[in-house]
Amino acid sequence: MSLSAIIFYLISALILGAGLMAVTTTKIFRSAIYLLASLVGIAGLYFWMEVEFIAAVQIVVYVGGIVVLIIFSVFLTQQAGQQMPATPRNRTLWSVLATIFGFALTWNLVSAYGFKALDVEFDDNVERIGTKMLESGSGGFALPFEAVSILLLAAMIGCIVIAMKSTSEQK
Amino acid sequence: MSEIPLSHILFVSTALFFIGMYGMFTRRNMITMLMSIELMLNSVNINFIAFNKYLFPGNLDGLFFTIFIITIAAAEAAVAIAIIINLYRNHKSIDVEEADALKH
Repeated sequence: MSLSAIIFYLISALILGAGLMAVTTTKIFRSAIYLLASLVGIAGLYFWMEVEFIAAVQIVVYVGGIVVLIIFSVFLTQQAGQQMPATPRNRTLWSVLATIFGFALTWNLVSAYGFKALDVEFDDNVERIGTKMLESGSGGFALPFEAVSILLLAAMIGCIVIAMKSTSEQK
Repeated sequence: MSEIPLSHILFVSTALFFIGMYGMFTRRNMITMLMSIELMLNSVNINFIAFNKYLFPGNLDGLFFTIFIITIAAAEAAVAIAIIINLYRNHKSIDVEEADALKH
């Protein structure tokens, strides 16, 4: 087993272990920190696959943005060290069964198909990504790019409107 | 990297998706449910990148889908957290079982 394979299995163990802890731990702040570890592991997996641009985007947006947002909302809505109420045993049992059967079914399909990787070099330099993103012809992504920019603007205004304190009620 | 078959990467993403699904089923706190959704979206991103890199190396479509999913996930998380904070202000709780003001 080469070094690359060992690194892959270590990264996978980090992703899955941290993800599992994030959904099972009873303290919400720890859950956020495990989510952070899992997302960093996914960025590491992208680095391992040599897709550096997506890895950088993953770190900037997820680790630097979304997790910080989640931690802030944890601070705003509850005591950080507080225990969450335990899940009823019945619900845990059926959830475990449902996810295990779902996983078994999906994994059965994936492994039966047996994807064969092509041995072609993957060219993903940033110049090509940028040209493709702003290309308006066929195969270009100019229209989704504009749609996403409008979506971001709408989300920004929507967040401000939703989270704004309504002053008229307090008078 | 050639000695790792593609199916091992798919195993990681499948397992991560069902971990997120387990969190979705068991948690009743809105912030932790949001975290579960993030895990599921990330597992889909891993799939897109792996398929793009190993099955269709000439195209960049999977990579663009990942970029757009990350953008939309950021917008979705921001809106969800705004809603959660507003709900907490009105009900002093972010448990989904207690958010039943629209029921009846």
